[in-house]
Amino acid sequence: MTDSTSSQHFGSSRVKRGLAEMLKGGVIMDVVTPEQARIAEDAGAVAVMALERVPADIRSQGGVARMSDPDLIEAIIAEVSIPVMAKARIGHFVEAQVLQALDVDYIDESEVLSPADYVNHIDKWGFNVPFVCGATNLGEALRRINEGAAMIRSKGEAGTGDVSEATKHIRKIKSEIAALSSMSKDELYVAAKELQAPYDLVVEVAETGKLPVVLFTAGGVATPADAAMMMQLGADGVFVGSGIFKSGNPAQRAAAVVKATTFHDDPAVIAEVSRGLGEAMVGINVSDLAAPHRLAERGW
Amino acid sequence: MVAPQVAAPRVGVLALQGDFREHAQVLRVLGADVTLVRRPEELAAVDGLVIPGGESSVMDKLARTFGLAEPLRAAISGGLPVYGTCAGLIMLADTVLDGIRGQESLGGLDVAVRRNAFGSQTHSFETDLDVPVLGGEPMHAVFIRAPIVESVGPAATALATLDDGRCVAVEQGNLLGTSFHPEVTGDYRIHEYFLGKVRAAA
Repeated sequence: MTDSTSSQHFGSSRVKRGLAEMLKGGVIMDVVTPEQARIAEDAGAVAVMALERVPADIRSQGGVARMSDPDLIEAIIAEVSIPVMAKARIGHFVEAQVLQALDVDYIDESEVLSPADYVNHIDKWGFNVPFVCGATNLGEALRRINEGAAMIRSKGEAGTGDVSEATKHIRKIKSEIAALSSMSKDELYVAAKELQAPYDLVVEVAETGKLPVVLFTAGGVATPADAAMMMQLGADGVFVGSGIFKSGNPAQRAAAVVKATTFHDDPAVIAEVSRGLGEAMVGINVSDLAAPHRLAERGW
Repeated sequence: MVAPQVAAPRVGVLALQGDFREHAQVLRVLGADVTLVRRPEELAAVDGLVIPGGESSVMDKLARTFGLAEPLRAAISGGLPVYGTCAGLIMLADTVLDGIRGQESLGGLDVAVRRNAFGSQTHSFETDLDVPVLGGEPMHAVFIRAPIVESVGPAATALATLDDGRCVAVEQGNLLGTSFHPEVTGDYRIHEYFLGKVRAAA
């Protein structure tokens, strides 16, 4: 990318990872219309994810799920001034090129859509726009970072309203990081092999005790208490997909989740914001889902 | 030689949303006694405050909802040293351009700041910036969906401009604001400059 001022550098890792740093402590909400985007912004969302169908509808309607219509994405970008993210299919680098051309602020290479490549993920280094990718464990997170992801979200099980998988994945990533931190240097070679992750990244995580990028949680968060629990488990922030606009009172629930995320360690605040929110999304228990319908298993 | 025993300056970092941990880390490295501030009583216990990068519209909403906005305004007008980066600069501006519907700022800096002035994330950038008040080498500055100071009123002073002349750092008495994020680059001269204000005011 060029500019009239040649000393400016665009699309560096620091700039791409930096936007995620600024989203920390915030809530990113799935929206399917400009009106929903406006409600999310008014409620205190730190960014919105523009898509045609929330995961719960993708789940119930079935079929191949793809990148959203550019008209919809542009209408949402025009409606709000907070960052707008959009999803590309795993491995679908042309959808990613299109989303970059549309000037989205972040691309989610997402298992919620149908994968376009069952072998390769997108080579994300070649883009100026940053990517967020899902992970169920540390090795998967580091493989995505090695491909250029500038932000990681634990996957959970999207579109269920069941937070148990989100809990499992954030706990898994955090405990694997803790385990690396306590290893002696000569154990890290085997750790890298077992994690199936690049050795240099494994050493970096062992030394710093954290991922080199921001770690959000996603997949099944439906209540203020769910969001606060993810934060207490060590997430830097929260994605809420179907949980807000599949509930009885989206504006109020959205604002409540934002407050509970900031005051995640204050049960009195969480209690207060949880009052009278109306119906939560009905949801599906992950244990009732047949294996082929589990989205978290997409991506490797 | 024994260093004189000087109490560490007590500096708060507004922790409603954003990269407050990065600022807290920098301030600790520089010897400050750091408190994360989300409540009025936490604000009352500090001698200076940093408002971090993040989403200004979210910070504004949470500050008002949780009764922090008025104590913040009172502290600013009472002379509390405050440094705002990016979203924090927006919070300190008397006038905010391109805010979301109903967005308010705390005010204090006699400037008009345009939110998200460079466009979408693909227009975010790094560059070297002369900041004469710091002396020495240019500062490496990271701009992330950054605001610019569109006009500087008579009470405020521009501290740095881009090559095209647009203002990206300002000062007014005990208030300091930058469009960019020194907390993510490892160059802590602006934080040190700010701590000088905190020590002088305490």
